[in-house]
Amino acid sequence: MMSRFRLDLLVLLVFALHFAPSLSDLVISKLDRRIDLTSQIVRVTLTLKVENTGTDPVSEVSLTFPEHQANNLALLVAVSTEGKGKSRGAATNLPIKIKQPNDSPASLIWYAASLPKELGKGESLNLDVLAVFTHVLRPFPEKITQAESQLFLFQDSAHFASPYDVKIQSLTVKLPSENVESYTKLEKTKFSGSEIKYGPYENLPAFSYSPVIVHFPSNKPFVVAKELVREIEISHWGNVQVTEHYNIIHGGAQSTGEFSRLDFQARPHVRGASAVRNLIAMLPPRAHSIYYRDAIGNISTSNIYGDSSKTLLEIEPRYPMFGGWKTSFTIGYGLPLQDCLFQLGGTRFLNITFGSPMNDVVLPEGSRDISVSVPFPVKQSQVTTFSHLDIAGRPTVVVEKVNVVPEHNQYFQVHYKFSNLSLLTEPLMLIFGFFSVFVACIIYMHADFTISKSSASYLAKLQWDEVQGTIQQLQDIINRCLLIHDKLEASLRELSRTGDVQACKAVRKSADNLLKDLSKELKPLLAILQSSPQAAHVLPKVEELVVKERDLQEKIMLKHTMVVDSYEKKSGGRDLENRVASIQQKISALKQEVDDLVEFIEDI
Amino acid sequence: MAVPIDNNLTKPTPPSSTLRFAFGNVLAFFILLLIGVLAFSIRLFSVIKYESVIHEFDPYFNYRVTQFLTKNGIYDFWNWFDDRTWYPLGRVIGGTVYPGLTLTAGTIWKVLQSLNIPLSVETVCVFTAPVFSAFASWAAYLLTKEVKGTGAGLTAAVLLAMVPSYISRSVAGSYDNEAVAIFALIFTFYLYVKTLNTGSLFYATLNSIAYFYMVCSWGGYTFIINLIPMHVLLCIVTGRYSSRLYIAYAPLVVLGTLLAALVPVVGFNAVMTSEHFASFLVFIVIHVVALAYYIKGMLSPKMFKVAATLVVSVGLVVCCAVVAVLVAVVASSPTKGWSGRSLSLLDPLRLALGWSRALDLPVPGQRHSRLAPSVPGYKTQYQAVKKTYASKYIPIIASVSEHQPPTWPSYFMDLNVLAFLVPAGIIACFSPLSDASSFVILYLVMSVYFSGVMVRLMLVLAPAACIMSGIALSEAFDVFTRSIKFYISNLSESLQIDAGDTVPGNNVSPPSDVLKNDKKEDMLKERPSRKNKKKEKENIEKPSVKSKTEKRPLVLPVEASFFALFLTVLLGGFYVVHSVWAAAEAYSAPSIVLTSHSHDGLHVFDDFREAYAWLSHNTEVDDKVASWWDYGYQTTAMANRTVIVDNNTWNNTHIATVGTAMSSPEKAAWEIFNSLDVKYVLVVFGGLVGYPSDDINKFLWMVRIGGGVFPHIKEPDYLRDGQYRIDSQATPTMLNSLMYKLSYFRFVETDGGKGYDRVRRTEIGRKHFKLTHFEEVFTTHHWMVRIYKLKPQKNRIRGKTKKSKSKTSYTTTPRSGTVKKNPWH
Repeated sequence: MMSRFRLDLLVLLVFALHFAPSLSDLVISKLDRRIDLTSQIVRVTLTLKVENTGTDPVSEVSLTFPEHQANNLALLVAVSTEGKGKSRGAATNLPIKIKQPNDSPASLIWYAASLPKELGKGESLNLDVLAVFTHVLRPFPEKITQAESQLFLFQDSAHFASPYDVKIQSLTVKLPSENVESYTKLEKTKFSGSEIKYGPYENLPAFSYSPVIVHFPSNKPFVVAKELVREIEISHWGNVQVTEHYNIIHGGAQSTGEFSRLDFQARPHVRGASAVRNLIAMLPPRAHSIYYRDAIGNISTSNIYGDSSKTLLEIEPRYPMFGGWKTSFTIGYGLPLQDCLFQLGGTRFLNITFGSPMNDVVLPEGSRDISVSVPFPVKQSQVTTFSHLDIAGRPTVVVEKVNVVPEHNQYFQVHYKFSNLSLLTEPLMLIFGFFSVFVACIIYMHADFTISKSSASYLAKLQWDEVQGTIQQLQDIINRCLLIHDKLEASLRELSRTGDVQACKAVRKSADNLLKDLSKELKPLLAILQSSPQAAHVLPKVEELVVKERDLQEKIMLKHTMVVDSYEKKSGGRDLENRVASIQQKISALKQEVDDLVEFIEDI
Repeated sequence: MAVPIDNNLTKPTPPSSTLRFAFGNVLAFFILLLIGVLAFSIRLFSVIKYESVIHEFDPYFNYRVTQFLTKNGIYDFWNWFDDRTWYPLGRVIGGTVYPGLTLTAGTIWKVLQSLNIPLSVETVCVFTAPVFSAFASWAAYLLTKEVKGTGAGLTAAVLLAMVPSYISRSVAGSYDNEAVAIFALIFTFYLYVKTLNTGSLFYATLNSIAYFYMVCSWGGYTFIINLIPMHVLLCIVTGRYSSRLYIAYAPLVVLGTLLAALVPVVGFNAVMTSEHFASFLVFIVIHVVALAYYIKGMLSPKMFKVAATLVVSVGLVVCCAVVAVLVAVVASSPTKGWSGRSLSLLDPLRLALGWSRALDLPVPGQRHSRLAPSVPGYKTQYQAVKKTYASKYIPIIASVSEHQPPTWPSYFMDLNVLAFLVPAGIIACFSPLSDASSFVILYLVMSVYFSGVMVRLMLVLAPAACIMSGIALSEAFDVFTRSIKFYISNLSESLQIDAGDTVPGNNVSPPSDVLKNDKKEDMLKERPSRKNKKKEKENIEKPSVKSKTEKRPLVLPVEASFFALFLTVLLGGFYVVHSVWAAAEAYSAPSIVLTSHSHDGLHVFDDFREAYAWLSHNTEVDDKVASWWDYGYQTTAMANRTVIVDNNTWNNTHIATVGTAMSSPEKAAWEIFNSLDVKYVLVVFGGLVGYPSDDINKFLWMVRIGGGVFPHIKEPDYLRDGQYRIDSQATPTMLNSLMYKLSYFRFVETDGGKGYDRVRRTEIGRKHFKLTHFEEVFTTHHWMVRIYKLKPQKNRIRGKTKKSKSKTSYTTTPRSGTVKKNPWH
């Protein structure tokens, strides 16, 4: 590995020596470069002072990076500040684009920063450049055991590969700790604290090159999300649901050999120093309903801290992650709608941090005129997703970017138009759905779905239903008659207790009337039964019942009259008792028969 | 006028009573709805207390199959050959699973998906069981209504909605066959009884379809296909043969058998195995009886007698011949099933074997791990089984805790007060005895017997017990409320009379109302039997009239009935409290996540998933993982790695091979595993945190099962004086076995050289040792799962320099001298 790097550098060097034209008359009078190696993301800060020594005004400043770095460049920002010293003016962000001259060496990538105003002769300008690289640290050795700590190689040039001549330049490399395995010692190299300082070097020509290799230990989490998809779903009912799917790997030195939990638990900082134990996710302040899970369920090792400005979610993967180990999980949380959705005239816009290489913004069904504004170049596309009870689907904006670093965590906006009435679609749909189900039920219960309405069996069934109905009514009437009988008997008992003849008579009278009414009601029913052929086999029984019942009625009336009369005349005695008893016998016999008949008819 | 009784619904009635009926129906409908909600929500404790996750072992397999179904479609599902399990044999999943559950959940998922409701397959699977338990309670309502009316139906439905025995198998996440099968079972019974009551061919057809669904769902369908013939036979013997009985039975056998044969896992078993013979036999019998009745109707009694003697004598001869032929055929058939299986009805263990074969999947330590916190001493479950059973029959069946006969406490735990109410229900079913109630009684009796054979079959008993108790409670309420009503009406009558109220029809009606209720109920009970024959009808009508007249004084004193009512409600209250407790505490743990409460709050042991997640992310896709079969399903489902054996246990030899490897010394084990292409070995070890159902406790079963096939593994070698121990008294064979080594590797360093095992409550016997052929690659946070990798074979070294064997990059651990210590002889 090492030798290959060296080779790269040599090739570069060769090119650099052969190619030394001065692009323009710009000269960098002072260049200060700081490389921050404290985390897996390498941040290079350049402070340079550009001077135009030529005659033509210059509108662009070129910055060059070797190809192996430029491929891993995640972010390049140039800020120009006017004025000098302490009285620096407002900083302006310069637009940067790739501009490869035809005669450039192959291993250099050129970036051109356009200046806000042309740089005239003799004028100078201060530039601050931030370049962020990923994956430029190489673990070396590539495989370590649990007990070893991770070592990384970083290689660069002590001289900034500038297309311009540089008058004074220096390089500072900041390491995560004070330990360093080895570093290239050039002239004017100083190692102090956790910093290695090269330079200052004076009057270097363009594309001068002096390879530097730093080999240093670092046990900082080296977590790389191979895949990270963030789904932002807006519900106008008051919630923005964010779901982040992570697929991460420990990108440091591969772990090899045994993993001993014992060693890891007993001496965590010695055995397992390179392991990733936990990660911190910074969520917006009012995030709620936070979950952390993976394909096989909830992961119980997480903690939430929060204050008014942010919510910190400390998540611990299911297992400590050693080099090369992978895992995947999902984090989800809800945000109050008013925190990130705003209205501007007729349009609404979502304002949320970028924070993920792939953002799917799911807008509510019925959104129109969608546009996205992101502060840096991204790939955009639009798809349709279907969720709860959607018909047309929800327009979804997909915003993609490769190589995202924390510096990209800026706000971006999605503008769209949405009518509040569309909110009611789904509830109305549900209401209508349930309503139609009930209506269908009602129709089904009331409609007759017989296939053949003229078939004999169907007609017979109809008739039989009618007969049954009639018999039911008839039975009802008989039952009421029987009730009245009971009442008459009761009045007699009452009489024997109180001797109130008048009341008893009144009861009889009302009962008599009722019974007459009932027998009137009975007649048409009997007529129906007689006319119906279906009722032929039950008719005799029914008629018998009616006759028996009438008989019973008469007997009871008779008894009642007799007893009341005797009370009235106070002419009790054996004779009456005998007569009453004989009637009573008949009554009970009749009652039994009537009961039997009623029973039979009920059974029909 | 009357309590709503549905039989009268079709008749046009006076408007007031129609309103009553309608009101009653709406009330019943809402009660049923609430019962459904209750049944569903009482099973959500597991989701609320833990999380929405699939539980235990078998559900993971079902979940995996459902995932496959939803991803690949039904045709691929039928043809699915699973190469991720039983390596290198594989398993034909499509032809060996009961597809009912998977198809059900898959269909639900499809429907939701088509409605754009984005539920994951996992969510659907988790909530299938609660949904179907709501269905099951509705089915119980229907069945009981057919037997004893609406009131009993509602009571039975409430009881079933929260019977602990059923909850234990249908909490949210318990995605197992039984979850839908119990619904299918009850519903099939309902349709059978309904057909029996109505004689409608429509219901008979539905009954066959319901039976088909049951066959799809669970091996327990044999219970139906034996119980219904039994009932038919009972009806015939007791002279209750009718055309309705014929319609209820004959189509079921014909259609049901045809449909059952469509299910791949059943196939020709539906006509070829002894479990189904009873139904065919009764099918013949019912036809003979039908013929006899037909001829009886045609001939005069005298002629019939002559004909009967003739036929019987000829028939006896023919029967003898047929039986002889049958016996000969069966005896010569390859399965030899008949003679052995018929014995199984009498021998509980044989029966258990038959059942477990029918139910397909013996589940290890399921109950066991579930009951972990509540049942003391259960940890010895794997050893507690009587040795005679284990050595006499297949130990693999005996090793499963839920195949043991239940103890009395488990009846109380799973049925609670139902156990006491059931006898009352039986009595209520006998007064009067109808076809339907005799069926319920038969169901109860059979299921009680079966539950006595195997704990697992308590599940079949639970619905029967609920129906019986529902009937009992409802009857009791009926008597008490009737007494109270009677008392109140008397009271109001006397009051009204005192007040001189003469409004007709008002003051006398309540008692007659009560009376009429009774009559109607009697009618309802009597109906089926009455339709049989006129003669019989007369006979029964007489007692019923008598009973009606007797019922007039059948009112209890009001104080007594109030008191009894209070006690009954109290009893119900106890049941509810117990059920909720059981649902919340005993049965809702998912068993893949363990929790313990300590003084500083809840502690979660999520080691299983930690290990499975590690396997799934950090090993190659085609790596083979060996573990004891308990963890096979979970490994395939959660880690998506190929396993050697799993919970399906269809190949005893394969399991014995793994058992042998685990009980062998390191080198021999390495050779066995290497021959199986195994790359990782997974063991479960509870010694550090005191998790009792770990592999060391199951180890004796590995020895037994291994020894059953490979005789060089001998159980006594692992026992010291018949005792299983791992302390210093343990046998050298034990201490050298792979299982011991993998479990206790470097364990002694955790507590400063003592090596105290918290499960076995002893210091381990062999403390310091090295592994030669395996290396530790992962151990979970609480050491509950340890994963080892097989070291690659060493380079062959010529000559004397035995020690310089490290050309490979793997030899980082110093292991001088371990070769000499290797006890392989």
